[in-house]
Amino acid sequence: MRIGIVTFPGSLDDGDAARAVRLAGGEPVGLWHGDDNLASVDAVVLPGGFSYGDYLRCGAIARFAPIMGALVPAANTGMPVLGICNGFQILCESHLLPGALTRNDHLHFICRDQRLRIENTSTNWTADFTAGDEIVIPLKNGEGGYVADEATLDRLEGEGRVVARYLEINPNGSRRDIAGIANERGNVVGLMPHPEHAVEPLTGPSTDGLAFFTSVLRSVVNA
Amino acid sequence: MARVVVDVMLKPEILDPQGRAVQGALDRLGLTAVRDVRQGKQFVVTLDGPLDAGTLARLHELAGELLSNPVIEDYELRVEEE
Repeated sequence: MRIGIVTFPGSLDDGDAARAVRLAGGEPVGLWHGDDNLASVDAVVLPGGFSYGDYLRCGAIARFAPIMGALVPAANTGMPVLGICNGFQILCESHLLPGALTRNDHLHFICRDQRLRIENTSTNWTADFTAGDEIVIPLKNGEGGYVADEATLDRLEGEGRVVARYLEINPNGSRRDIAGIANERGNVVGLMPHPEHAVEPLTGPSTDGLAFFTSVLRSVVNA
Repeated sequence: MARVVVDVMLKPEILDPQGRAVQGALDRLGLTAVRDVRQGKQFVVTLDGPLDAGTLARLHELAGELLSNPVIEDYELRVEEE
């Protein structure tokens, strides 16, 4: 099972994402932003970081990287794609997911172990959870406030496409406490917190993040 | 050489924490009669030659696609030098 991890100039968490894939039992495959093909991978992770220095808007320049020319059509035809933090921002800028991520309402960069509730377990990335599971994984962002117009928010809620919601505090001003969403098909998921940093007891607050990666491996095997 | 200026602002309904922080600083510096501050971006695009209709149309497209994110921002484009 080959899971591609895209490195953009300024990506930070590609190494951890690769490790998470390996610990989950998959084979991580490094993809470069300048590549124009996906090297026959079965799924793709867009990792966290500051692609292109977050210049212009977070994810705005990465959206037009050559690799995205291959990734967007693949995602639209069902390839599982997980965007974490900056990856979520890139998915929104690419219109693979609705809405946008804006500067935290309190203006500070935030870094904390964040409690979340998993609300949708029918996506490729959350099938190994049980609806209502509460997990704790790291959150670290400066521009993580999820915004969309009311009609879009209503549609996301109505279609059960809110994948994860913040519990206890809303760390960045996200509308309706939204921490992650999925596309209609459930193969594209964007998540502001970082499951790839919660895969080993030694370095994470939990190993709750691992289930995102085991989920996709199982869904690809079953496909 | 034509020059085109694109101003990008957050839509009015989108919270602008940076603008709010600037407003707080103005207030602390004694300018208290400020109702609101919104922070935006300005792009000054200088072309090699004169501006033709095709380039202007493409600039409009890219202003809405790259320079601004229409989900959260509006843009205004003006030609300063033909």
